Amino acid sequence: MTYVRDVGALARKDLLLELRAKDTLPAMLLFVAAVFVVFHFALPGNPSRLETTGLLWVAILFTALLGLGRAFVPEREQRTMDGLVLAPCDRSAIWLAKSLATLAFLGAAEVVALPLYALFFHRIGGSTVLAVVLADIGICAVGTFLGAMAVVTRARDLLLPLLFLPLAMPIVVGAVGASIGHSPGRYLGFLALYDLLFGVVCWGSFEYVVAE
Amino acid sequence: MLTAHRLGKRYGEKRVLRGVDLELPDGGFLVVTGPNGSGKTTLLRICAGLAAPTSGTVERRATRAELGYLGHEPLVYRELTALENLDLYGRLYRVPERRERIGMLLERFGLWEARHDRVAAYSRGMTQRLALCRVLLHDPALLVLDEPYTALDEAGAELLDDQLTELRGERTFLVSTHDPARVAPLASGRLALGT
Repeated sequence: MTYVRDVGALARKDLLLELRAKDTLPAMLLFVAAVFVVFHFALPGNPSRLETTGLLWVAILFTALLGLGRAFVPEREQRTMDGLVLAPCDRSAIWLAKSLATLAFLGAAEVVALPLYALFFHRIGGSTVLAVVLADIGICAVGTFLGAMAVVTRARDLLLPLLFLPLAMPIVVGAVGASIGHSPGRYLGFLALYDLLFGVVCWGSFEYVVAE
Repeated sequence: MLTAHRLGKRYGEKRVLRGVDLELPDGGFLVVTGPNGSGKTTLLRICAGLAAPTSGTVERRATRAELGYLGHEPLVYRELTALENLDLYGRLYRVPERRERIGMLLERFGLWEARHDRVAAYSRGMTQRLALCRVLLHDPALLVLDEPYTALDEAGAELLDDQLTELRGERTFLVSTHDPARVAPLASGRLALGT
């Protein structure tokens, strides 16, 4: 129960910081809206569902990357990671809270992005919405973990995409499959399995990322 | 409370610490001195568990819950208020009667009136006072303080003097400073680091 309270306190802090600084969510919203507008004019005629589904997932992935790149910026700029690491709570709570906050920002961006996609391109089915939810969980779990690793390096802006994009490939495969495949259940199951496996790995190994 | 044996630390080719021994018994007050670049901050970070030594061993009896660490950075969020920062740490350290304790510390360090202001609007001295509130919040048994008088005005420095005097003997201190005379009456030992 104390673990849940720690996660709650840390996630609340991240949401408060965003509410005050407005560094992450506006950037994500503008980016994803700009991508759809640009592609609306860049893809001539009536692009197929197959093509635009790929576009949807590329847009989601890179929007998430924008948020993930900002996730540990307050801790880096104000060196507060030392304070969190010294606190007697389980260090995985830092990862979980940050993942939940990033998930909230990504979800908020998608609340705007998905209707925009439907407006410009094609309607979105239930399986795509489910795939978005499951993909978001995996993206935020893995991305936050890698963000914590990258933030202490000089080449953090380059390192995060380099580490994250290969690990996000299974998410793209599962998400696109769930969106356009004939049996979305298999792909949704695959996404859920990815979330479970990588969630457990990140949760269990975060301690080693933040400890020297 | 804290024992270090033959501590060494390297950052790449640069050797920052070499063969440092220290013994800090319960209730002790060890003052660490030395010129800039002599490794004071590195030593304190190792003792706090924030950095690993390249060689040697350090044994600390205090758990993370019993440790109060003040570094060069205040370790508070600039976009949060003083109250929100202390509330966050109070929750993470499971401080009993958190609100009362926070109120008492803010009052003592002269920050009560500014408790709802964001730390970004604080002066450097006020931020240092808040950092001291954060360190004392959970009433730690071992206090590791790196240059605690930095940025404090005379009134703030006297407040810190009073606090250290009050806790002297009941708590264990490892304090680095460029002004050893200030804490000399409290010190039980001194460790001078060279360059």
